[in-house]
Amino acid sequence: MAERRVTTGPGVGLHARPAAVFVQAATKASVPVRIAKSGGKPVNARSILAVLSLDVRGGEEVVLTAEGDGAEEALDALAALVEAGADKT
Amino acid sequence: MSGHLKGVGASPGLVVGPARRYVRDIAEPPASDEPIGKPAEEAARAVEALEAVAADLDERAARAGGEAAEVLGAQAMMARDPDLADAVAASTKQGRGAPRAVWEAFAGYREMLAGAGEYLAARLTDLDDLRDRAVARLVGTPVPGLPSSDSPYVLLAHDLAPADTALLDPALVLALVTEQGGPTSHTAILARSLGVPAVVACAKAMDVPDGTIVLVDGSSGVVQVDPPAEQVEKARVTGARSREDRPTGPGATADGHQVPLLANIGGPAEVAAAVAAGAEGVGLFRTEFLFLDRSVAPTVAEQVAAYQPVLAAFPDGKVVVRVLDAGADKPLGFLPAPEPEPNPALGIRGLRMLNRFPHLLAEQLRALALAADGGGAALEVMAPMVTDAAEAADFAARCRAAGIATAGVMIEVPAAALRAADIAAEVDFVSIGTNDLTQYALAADRMLAGLATLQDPWHPAILDLIAATAEGVTAAGGRIGVCGEAAADPALACVLVGLGVQTLSMGAGSLQQVRAALAACTVDSCGTAAQAARSATTAAGARTAARTALPELRLVR
Repeated sequence: MAERRVTTGPGVGLHARPAAVFVQAATKASVPVRIAKSGGKPVNARSILAVLSLDVRGGEEVVLTAEGDGAEEALDALAALVEAGADKT
Repeated sequence: MSGHLKGVGASPGLVVGPARRYVRDIAEPPASDEPIGKPAEEAARAVEALEAVAADLDERAARAGGEAAEVLGAQAMMARDPDLADAVAASTKQGRGAPRAVWEAFAGYREMLAGAGEYLAARLTDLDDLRDRAVARLVGTPVPGLPSSDSPYVLLAHDLAPADTALLDPALVLALVTEQGGPTSHTAILARSLGVPAVVACAKAMDVPDGTIVLVDGSSGVVQVDPPAEQVEKARVTGARSREDRPTGPGATADGHQVPLLANIGGPAEVAAAVAAGAEGVGLFRTEFLFLDRSVAPTVAEQVAAYQPVLAAFPDGKVVVRVLDAGADKPLGFLPAPEPEPNPALGIRGLRMLNRFPHLLAEQLRALALAADGGGAALEVMAPMVTDAAEAADFAARCRAAGIATAGVMIEVPAAALRAADIAAEVDFVSIGTNDLTQYALAADRMLAGLATLQDPWHPAILDLIAATAEGVTAAGGRIGVCGEAAADPALACVLVGLGVQTLSMGAGSLQQVRAALAACTVDSCGTAAQAARSATTAAGARTAARTALPELRLVR
């Protein structure tokens, strides 16, 4: 199983626009991805409601996991988004 | 159905048009409802409804553009959420029908989001809205929210909140009819500012099916359902005649005492109607439209862009801007959700709320100062819900620090009315908000239809408070205006002048009638009428006494 630990940039975290952008990207990924707060229960990264419910704030660490062909690439792309996306809003 | 419904006339005028119902809330589908089909069929029905809701949101997003499109797009994503669909399917497997399954699935997420941080509080509203839209489709009731219609209609509703009324398209609303509300409710104010007829406290209005032709008489309070052809024709003729010209020019009594007539507006969109009705300026520019239904606060630049056209429209007049008047009944999406208040009218609202978020006030004042630098009308800024001189002094200091030359406060709290001299010593002007002053002095909630008879600014106690305010302010050398709906009542407008009020501000639709009434009376007869009204013991008595003292008004339509 592939895994990435990534810290969200300063800003609102995975709320509002950054959350929507992240979920859209996860929906397009070739494999299902799960996202959790560090030490928390992983949820479906394609579910905007689940991602919002995590209440990830700017500067918090999240863990992305996926399995199967293309998992590494999918996680790289999503990890980059989490780091940058939160920054922009 | 046909026949007629009787309510209370809240804004005059006669109009005919198709009814459209506005439903805000959807009833919770009972868990005991039998499913229509097998679990898989129910789940498919539910997902279909959610998809239809999402498609509708996408379409609205495409039309809206900008930030609104982003918000609507995010909402569409929620409707298409795969986990939500799973939760709905799980619920149908337990024997729930589609509407109940949708309700329960949303309830799960609602709980999760409500437990999380302040960023998510605003999402709860989005979530409830989605749920209601989907359930409405499944049970076959009108979709909650304002009717989507491209042709003009008569809006029927249980009641209208400020947030609803800000979204109404003035070009489409022919008249307003509500089951709740009194003559000073938001519905009534909105109707008068749009210049459309309104009937409030009209029981069973929501029983009228969408599309039914209704005739609304905003003077008598009668709503005729499916009226006969000759009545429709009569309404058309009468409606056209009442729009004919009346006296024009600046407001003044028959003997030349100047009473500037100003307009109450709720946004730049209402400026054109105010100018057309001959307003000499704006006496109350409500700024809530910039702040309600937003996920982020408006920027200074955005505010400047909204204020400037209003100032530009009255190059020789003044524009009195009321800073943001929000509270528990008008929550803001970008601030922490307010604590529920048992009594929002007496809670943290108006200036009290702004004092808790000084940054918000500072930004608004900065934007107003910048807008005034662009020229146009003389800018005056006032604060709502002010209780005493200390609050008034603090607000005036903030205005001056922001570079605003003329600062005032609204007189809505009886304490402020009684001590108006103290307040006038701290500010440049005061403006009486008669609607709130009435609800506070008579201890009668504006939003309760059952108390409509107590929501009457003609009550001698209110007239006494206005007289005390005028006396205190004039003694202190200050200026005094009225921007409540009392100013829109032609006879009461004359009484207000008699009590010492210097300017009157009202919905644009009432300007012509009030101008005509003032032009028919002398300042002395206004004074006599004011005395007669104050000598009465009831609101009805005051009204009759004033009318008797002003026989000139009988000729004024």
